[in-house]
Amino acid sequence: MNNTEPVIRVEDLTVRYGSNTVLKDVNFEVWPGEIFVIMGGSGCGKSTLLKHVIGIETPAKGNIWINGTDTSTLDDRELGKLHMGIGMLFQSSALFGSMTIGENVALPLTEFTGLPMKDIESIVKMKLGMVELAGYDNHYPSELSGGMKKRAGIARAMALDPAMLFLDEPSAGLDPVTSAELDVLIRKLNEGTGTTMVIVTHELETIFNISHRIIMLDRDAKGVIAEGDPRVLRTDSDDPRVTDFFNRRVTEKKSKGMTT
Amino acid sequence: MPHENSYHIEAAGGGAVTLVLTGRMDLERFGELAGLIGAVFDTHNPSKLNVDMGGVTYLDSAGALFIVELEDEARRRSVVFELSGLSREKMGILSLIDRDAMTKPSLAPRERRMNIVEQLGAASLAAVRDVYDIISFSGELICELGYSLMHLQKVRWGDVVSYMKKVGVDGLPIVGLISFLLGLIMAFMSSLQLKQFGANIYVASLVAVAMVRELGPIMTAIIVAGRSGSAFAAEIGTMKVNEEVDALATMGFSPMRFLSVPKVIASLLTVPVLTVFASIFAIMGGLIVGVLGLNLTIFTYIQQTMKAISIFDIVSGLVKSVIFAAAISAVGCQRGFKVRGGAEAVGNATTSAVVTSIFLIIVIDSTFAIILHYIH
Repeated sequence: MNNTEPVIRVEDLTVRYGSNTVLKDVNFEVWPGEIFVIMGGSGCGKSTLLKHVIGIETPAKGNIWINGTDTSTLDDRELGKLHMGIGMLFQSSALFGSMTIGENVALPLTEFTGLPMKDIESIVKMKLGMVELAGYDNHYPSELSGGMKKRAGIARAMALDPAMLFLDEPSAGLDPVTSAELDVLIRKLNEGTGTTMVIVTHELETIFNISHRIIMLDRDAKGVIAEGDPRVLRTDSDDPRVTDFFNRRVTEKKSKGMTT
Repeated sequence: MPHENSYHIEAAGGGAVTLVLTGRMDLERFGELAGLIGAVFDTHNPSKLNVDMGGVTYLDSAGALFIVELEDEARRRSVVFELSGLSREKMGILSLIDRDAMTKPSLAPRERRMNIVEQLGAASLAAVRDVYDIISFSGELICELGYSLMHLQKVRWGDVVSYMKKVGVDGLPIVGLISFLLGLIMAFMSSLQLKQFGANIYVASLVAVAMVRELGPIMTAIIVAGRSGSAFAAEIGTMKVNEEVDALATMGFSPMRFLSVPKVIASLLTVPVLTVFASIFAIMGGLIVGVLGLNLTIFTYIQQTMKAISIFDIVSGLVKSVIFAAAISAVGCQRGFKVRGGAEAVGNATTSAVVTSIFLIIVIDSTFAIILHYIH
């Protein structure tokens, strides 16, 4: 996998809100076609890191390269063009409630391609078929279950066939079976299309099921405390914070004050 | 050598045709590729079609869709179809396309557009339902207000004070400015006519009576409807969407008492005060025109103003403003509680709260005009 240039390179990324430093000197690279997971406990800055990588927020320090382009040098128009090459699944799916599922998926196609409606309808049907939502094009988001909304969100995110797909907590709020089905879908799409996927999650099942490589963030360290294959890190890491997380153990510090 | 985005069709003997595709087959090229289907079948009328994808450097799902549509068309025309030059990656994308999904009909058929008669009927039914909803909500609200009056310690006075600030203190600058300008314009325009008859002094009477009786309460109510009625609807509507209202109910609170009563009490207390300020600011606007443009003294203007307005005018204006406040706050809360769905529903509720409030303000004012005509 490492025989080409990384599609994402984050160098010395520091994020501050006022005097509060959330992330400090974060470094990592994401390679083409891999499923890369940003993991860690609640409040460690996973979603914040994702927002900075996709350019929604500006870091206090550091650089982010997407496909070899330093995003800090881009103006709003260029950043908008860059966003067209990436897809994003938000935690809440963020489907537009006033539009049908078909219209949600068709939106980027009607806005950014000059394709006639007939071709757009074919592509929408294909995308919905890919996420196993065939026939739901005239449903509204409010008529779908949580898992179906996530699938529809993925279909919309992949409407323009982006080279990179970002997923923020894809299994949040889903039951274990639906969550596992979504994992299978993500893996299938990654293998079929070769799309690079960056996923923010703390769901261990998801991490072990689909990730090729992970970085683990820690709230106290304000940065990366582990990087690599989660299956190896679970057993071989020397850092107790890493092994405790993977093995669902409460660390001594966290358990202080708890009574049995 | 990089492959260009191109294609060519090679016709061999016996109706065998080969379509050679090179370069990128992606979404950008989908329009061009989709047009190729007709060209291949209509122009060459093949009995066997081979698609050579050996020169394709990039294939995305749109490119794969073209191949699927080409194959479907070949099957429809009973043409033998073959694919060659497919790498493992390209096979992967092709395998993602669910052919059955492409022809599967929608599970929820698109809603039929109503004709004009049906639209008229639906709108009438919605209006009747709306009136019913507002009346039943008002009844419930009156019961909750009654309960709150009997149990004053249960009223959330902190919220009442907070809403009094939002409705009253924060609304005062805009109410003051608009009323001041209104008084100024009324005095200026009327002075142009009254000057001709030497009746300059009656500018003060005109501004005072118009503002205290009619325009003060109406203008204040319209501004409060736009500022606070909409805010009440948006706040409660968002709470509905976020299930905060359901949370209140499951915790044993009455959402109506918890959310509506403080807003209504705050509005009832502050809108009359705002109305008094509106009249004062308008009289000040008229005073400036009177003193600077009509050579009246400040004392003369104020004396004429006091002479023109009666206690009855002041009381009727204040009573009207109390009724307006009740209508605006009740409609704002009712529209908020009616929200179902997401962000769009909150927007609709906010718009509806303002429009309904303004409509009610005009209806109430007209009713008052008739009643006051008979009792005064």
